[in-house]
Amino acid sequence: MFLINCPFCGEREQSEFKAGGEAHIVRPKQPTELSDDQWAEYLFMRKNIKGIQFERWNHIHGCRKWFNMVRDTSNDEIKAVYKMGEKPPVK
Amino acid sequence: MTKNLRVKSSKLVDETYRISFKFNGTTYYGFKGDTLASALLANNIHLVGRSFKYHRPRGIMTAGSEEPNAIVQLHNGTSRTEPNVRATEIEIYEGLVATSQNCWPSVKFDIGGINNFLSPLLPAGFYYKTFMWPASFWEKYEYFIRKSAGLGKSPDVPDPDIYEHKYIHCDVLVIGAGISGIIAAKTAAKNGFKTLLVEEKSYLGGSTIYQYSEFFKINNQNSASWLEKEINEIKKIENLEIKTRTSVAAFHGYNFLLARENLTDHLPLEQRENKTRQRLLKIRAKKVITATGSIERPLIFDNNDRPGILLSSAIKKYADLFGVACGEKNILFTNNDSVYETAISLIQKGIKVQAIIDNREEIDSKLIKETEKNNIKIYKGYTIVDTFGYKRINSVSIMKLSKDGQKVIGSKENISCDSLGISGGWTPAVHLFTQSGGKLKFRDDDQVFIPNTYPSNQISIGSCNGDFTLDEILINTPKLLKEFLNIKKTEYENIEIYSAFNKSKRNIWLLPSNKIVGKTKSFVDFQNDATAKDIKLALREGFRSIEHVKRYTTTGMGTDQGKLGNMHALGIISETASSKMGELGTTTFRPPYTPLTFGTIVGRNVGKYFDIIRKTPIHEWHVENKAEFENVGQWKRAWYYPQNDENMHEAVQRESKAARDSAGILDASTLGKIDIQGTDASEFLNRVYTNAWSKLEIGKCRYGLMLNEDGMVYDDGVTTRLDENHYIMTTTTGGAATVLGKLEDYLQTEWPELDVYLTSVTDHYATISVCGPNSKKIIQKVIPEIDLSDKDFPHMSFKNSKIGKVKCRVMRISFTGEQSYEINIQANYAKSVWENCMEAGKEFNITPYGTETMHLLRAEKGFIIAGQDTDATMTPIDLQMDWIVSKKKFDFIGKRSLYRSDTIREDRKQLVGLITDNPEEILEEGAQIVADMNKTPIEMLGHVTSSYFSPNLKKSIALGVVKGGKNMMGQKLIIPMEKKQINVTVTDPVFLDKENKRLNA
Ligand SMILES: [Zn+2]
Repeated sequence: MFLINCPFCGEREQSEFKAGGEAHIVRPKQPTELSDDQWAEYLFMRKNIKGIQFERWNHIHGCRKWFNMVRDTSNDEIKAVYKMGEKPPVK
Repeated sequence: MTKNLRVKSSKLVDETYRISFKFNGTTYYGFKGDTLASALLANNIHLVGRSFKYHRPRGIMTAGSEEPNAIVQLHNGTSRTEPNVRATEIEIYEGLVATSQNCWPSVKFDIGGINNFLSPLLPAGFYYKTFMWPASFWEKYEYFIRKSAGLGKSPDVPDPDIYEHKYIHCDVLVIGAGISGIIAAKTAAKNGFKTLLVEEKSYLGGSTIYQYSEFFKINNQNSASWLEKEINEIKKIENLEIKTRTSVAAFHGYNFLLARENLTDHLPLEQRENKTRQRLLKIRAKKVITATGSIERPLIFDNNDRPGILLSSAIKKYADLFGVACGEKNILFTNNDSVYETAISLIQKGIKVQAIIDNREEIDSKLIKETEKNNIKIYKGYTIVDTFGYKRINSVSIMKLSKDGQKVIGSKENISCDSLGISGGWTPAVHLFTQSGGKLKFRDDDQVFIPNTYPSNQISIGSCNGDFTLDEILINTPKLLKEFLNIKKTEYENIEIYSAFNKSKRNIWLLPSNKIVGKTKSFVDFQNDATAKDIKLALREGFRSIEHVKRYTTTGMGTDQGKLGNMHALGIISETASSKMGELGTTTFRPPYTPLTFGTIVGRNVGKYFDIIRKTPIHEWHVENKAEFENVGQWKRAWYYPQNDENMHEAVQRESKAARDSAGILDASTLGKIDIQGTDASEFLNRVYTNAWSKLEIGKCRYGLMLNEDGMVYDDGVTTRLDENHYIMTTTTGGAATVLGKLEDYLQTEWPELDVYLTSVTDHYATISVCGPNSKKIIQKVIPEIDLSDKDFPHMSFKNSKIGKVKCRVMRISFTGEQSYEINIQANYAKSVWENCMEAGKEFNITPYGTETMHLLRAEKGFIIAGQDTDATMTPIDLQMDWIVSKKKFDFIGKRSLYRSDTIREDRKQLVGLITDNPEEILEEGAQIVADMNKTPIEMLGHVTSSYFSPNLKKSIALGVVKGGKNMMGQKLIIPMEKKQINVTVTDPVFLDKENKRLNA
């Protein structure tokens, strides 16, 4: 079970958190302008990487804040956590 | 048969404290400190069970948690019966009753034993090949398989014992209290680390604690005496906690470990009352030191599984620690020096060693010399080719090994015995290390896998790290600790060590025989009866991956997870397939390391504590008024209120009629309530609901539908504008938490610029809904100061008011289609307000109704229930709710998805009403809907989502989803049931009062 360093609360047990899928997928500002394919790209297409992955997490049983995480899915190492809207601190 | 094989002077047992116990119906005696296995062996009992597949007689093989054979059923009354207990681990207590498992009718005469003679018909993969076809026969096969196989019986009544969970945080966790674990714990604790030392056995010191031999010395004392002093010292260290009888079950990532602390299983039954039986420790350690030791390897030769064949180290342990001889004529068989340690211990205790068979040709060590001095015949360069004796070994056949070790030469020689100790060297216990994600490397010198890379802040030390000898342990452990703990010095720098152990080993995974492999039964996995022949067969049939061979042959798939034989399986694969051991990899070791009882896993979360129970503030009134309750998520909701022996149908019919004829009252407190404030609150609602919100006047309510981004209906409810920048949103009961989560998600991640604040107030307000033609009169009596005139307080509006001094919010909204008022009031006043309503409504026959009547009333009106009439595939258009989807709004969640090529299809499943030809016939919810019974295959058009008998319409009504249903009004469809077909007509989903006259009646 991970120890996750919530950017607002500090280190907490994984059981306090909820994973929220891939990070940095921005909701299109003008969905009506998009073709079906473009909309489907936003709506359905998600990466499933073995290695470094950018993810959304929510401290659901804590401060309830959403934040981003960089995680190596091959060994579950958490490389970084950072607030929504911030740039990833690692590549 | 009954003999006393107890020898003098043991380390652990207290011979002044006698304990009686029963095994397979006979009473025996042992002493305090004995395990069930040591006590049985002292009574000359080796045969304890039957093997899983062939039902071969099996005996105690080990003296620890790796035991594959000696697993028994414990009987402490029906509720405390426990299967799969390892006799080598359970400590005997007064009154212990145990029986063998996997044998019928008895361990001595076992009908399944016939499988042994049928074994040519039961090769690897037999179950896959035979029982899988034809599929319809599976049920019959299963019956026989379950009867003849099986590992014990589970109790069929609740477990009466107390279990608990405990969180522990420490700087350093040391797993295993053998010599290296003791050294590590002492070093860590003395350097200021808050340390926890856990040991699965009842005593500390591992195998060194009974190593009194002159051949293993530390600072000129025998190693046991030296270690005893260390143990006495660590017991006094304040920041070191020691837990014995505590076995680590799982080592997860980030140094999170689960351990089972056994508190009462060794106590006499009467001392266990009201005590916690086992504790699941949830340990989060900054650093973990794994010192789990190693497991002796068996040797793989024909008939290597007879009762009386034990690991050589187990024979030594039974003699030294428990004072028990495993036999009176012992033979030892080895490929390394370990059995000579056993031989010397046996000689010291006066137990006869008949002969030693050593597969090494040219060997010389101090241990061997000492053994030879005692006139014990050592057969060098020999192997055992067969063993004899059905229920107990009585002799072995040996032959000379060829130079290359590939075959046997010369003539056979027979030696009689009553016990055989075998040693194939040692396997580091890396199970926990690999569970944590650690990667292994293969050490060719002595053919072992040892830790290579660590995924977290941890190290392995001692023999689990491949340091097997006393000198290796004492030289390497302090070095590793210094680096790991970042300390300059340990107490073990200038220690003097003397170890007579010679590390030479002749590793032959499958020993040759004078028979061909196909004619031998050389067991690799003793519990699952997988033999070398099975593994070779799997390879011939094309399996190459170790994980596939494991599943095909079931090697390593027993409750012991193949702790003894997995390495041999790998070795045989490697030799047969000419692949390198290091490249084959190992199978995955999964938690738990040893089995856990369910009680330990669930802890105190049993019975009413299994899950949270949520009750409304009016709950007690419902109980007093004999409501039946329905679980809605964690909520207990009043379902219906039966009167005078009414059944559910009768009660619901009465309640539904009363609500439309005069007045009904419903506890709607479970509806989710979210308080929404902020200058952008209206804009926010515009974006999350399908309809427009900007123009909603203060004091008005509006029904809203919320979609997922994929366009599918997610939740619905009424939201009220309390003030310019203040709304209260209601959600479905089940959706309350997830809707709040979804709204927060969008606010924080997509629209952080919006000035909106969300607060869940579900538990703060209770909601009492009064409906029916007389509802207005009742509310007026309860809240005299409020103006309820239709002009001043029309449908879909709201007013702040007061009941006495208590503020309340009154909404005129309706989920039944009747004129209806909802009082929202601070939760702690709710029950008294409810009682006020009941009192005020008495003259109008006010009738409390539950969720079932609520569902019926709304179905009459064709109102959907999100989650019942919808699933994650229904758009608002599919629900014929086009009216609620704003065409003008630029965007809202899910809007774009409503005109994807798939969502605009005309033939999607759409919500319709269904009226049965026979008005008395009530459809089953979930029943399939078809048009043409003659089409093959029959095309399923949809299914029934809600169905009731309407007392107000005096007929059966139903809602359903049907492909292209919107354009099928008036069409006949069929609901095929098991024994009949029901004819229905497609209708509009609104059955009652389409004009909404009743809302203002
Ligand atoms: Zn937080």
